[in-house]
Amino acid sequence: MRSVNIPISDEVIRSLKVGEPVNLNGVMITARDAAHKWMVETFIKKTRPPQGDDLDVYEALKPILNGGVIYHCGPVVSGLATKDYKFVAAGPTTSIREEPYQADVMRHFNAKGVIGKGGMGAKTLKGCQEVPFVYFHAIGGAATYIAQSVEKVLGVYKYEFGVPEAIWVIQVRDFPVVVTMDAHGQSLHEVVEKDSGKVLAELIA
Amino acid sequence: MRDLTQEILELIRRTSSDLPADVEERLRAAIEKEAPGSAARGALETILKNVELSRQNSSPICQDTGTPIFYVRHPEGWSTRKLREQIRAALAEATARSYMRPNAVDAVYDKNSGNNLGGDDFPYIHFEEVEGDELTIELMLKGGGCENVGAQYSLPDNRLGAGRDLEGVRKAVLDAVHKAQGQGCAPGILGVAIGGDRGSGYIKSKEVLFEKLGQRNPDPKLAELEERLTREANQLGIGPMGFGGNTTVIDTKITGLHRLPASYFVTVSYMCWAYRRRKMTVKGEEVLYD
Repeated sequence: MRSVNIPISDEVIRSLKVGEPVNLNGVMITARDAAHKWMVETFIKKTRPPQGDDLDVYEALKPILNGGVIYHCGPVVSGLATKDYKFVAAGPTTSIREEPYQADVMRHFNAKGVIGKGGMGAKTLKGCQEVPFVYFHAIGGAATYIAQSVEKVLGVYKYEFGVPEAIWVIQVRDFPVVVTMDAHGQSLHEVVEKDSGKVLAELIA
Repeated sequence: MRDLTQEILELIRRTSSDLPADVEERLRAAIEKEAPGSAARGALETILKNVELSRQNSSPICQDTGTPIFYVRHPEGWSTRKLREQIRAALAEATARSYMRPNAVDAVYDKNSGNNLGGDDFPYIHFEEVEGDELTIELMLKGGGCENVGAQYSLPDNRLGAGRDLEGVRKAVLDAVHKAQGQGCAPGILGVAIGGDRGSGYIKSKEVLFEKLGQRNPDPKLAELEERLTREANQLGIGPMGFGGNTTVIDTKITGLHRLPASYFVTVSYMCWAYRRRKMTVKGEEVLYD
């Protein structure tokens, strides 16, 4: 299976095609609903002034996200009391909730990959082509299995969002994903939705 | 009254980490229906590896340990107040032990309580007094991804051409499966309530999911519709994880309720493949797990 190292270059991103299984290696962050909303409101649309450690966290995230990967995940983490963090269960969460934010976040930070489940919509697919970046699909619910690919928790930001919503910085090895939206405008999700829609129309005619 | 906190903790551990055999069997059978080398087959293979690993490690099958839904059926004489306290204590301990993710978020102040306890309604606990001398506690963990794709239809529905009859129900349920695509972590299990009001419809559509896979509604009309819906949902070709494939739904369960003359609701609760439900039975001194 093809291995891809993070940070990822534009050249590698453009070489990835829908349907291709990939193992990811390197450092990525988890970010889901609260984190995406926070990034967009505080640093992209700037509708909310930075507060507390916002600016420090922003500066820390910039180099990780440049060429980097965002994982839609709210993990189960052990060692919370001693800060000796370990990912116990860490499958993907449903990505479509970040549809309003994703393309803007990727463009702003020059990030190259999103990992999640269920796929994303038209705005994100357009962003995939422009930025460029790709959408990697992980297997939903396979949380213990995927957690084994997380070698190390390097740190955590925005812990006050709660364990599932915090921004965890993790080092992964052979993290298994499949490309389902590529930088050439192809989306497996768009195809399956359309095809199943035709069958539905026949079944309820 | 006996303190069951430790036994309930064990129920939670099992529910979160040990997928029931009937579900695992269906998932295993589904592998053979997908083409070798396909993304759908790969997804099912990964799912089954994960099931084995979680069981070995006592770690959550899915990191979204969901809404804990408890159904307690107790003989006369048990204190539901004390049972509630024991369930809550066990849940907080299960969270500290990483069997459960802290999942209770105050919706107004956006604050995670950190221990899975939130207000009077998190966890959800249903008590019922029953005849006999056995106490049973059933637990279902239902993740947010599949909860989000649940749907309620008020018939008639012009867009679907769905009238107030079982044919209309069929159209509504298939529409819900199509809308869910892979987002509810297909292959899924459908819990359907026909009738009721908006509240009871959702409650009963989940309750029906406690039953074993393959168990049909005793009403032959509904049993037939259950089988037809599973078959037709699979014809949609959404497949495991929405990758395209032959297994989209592994079973359908329907319950019929009474309704108001003015209302005709069809409520669909979508359960993900990580169909976590377990039961414990207290019989005298003995505690049995299914």
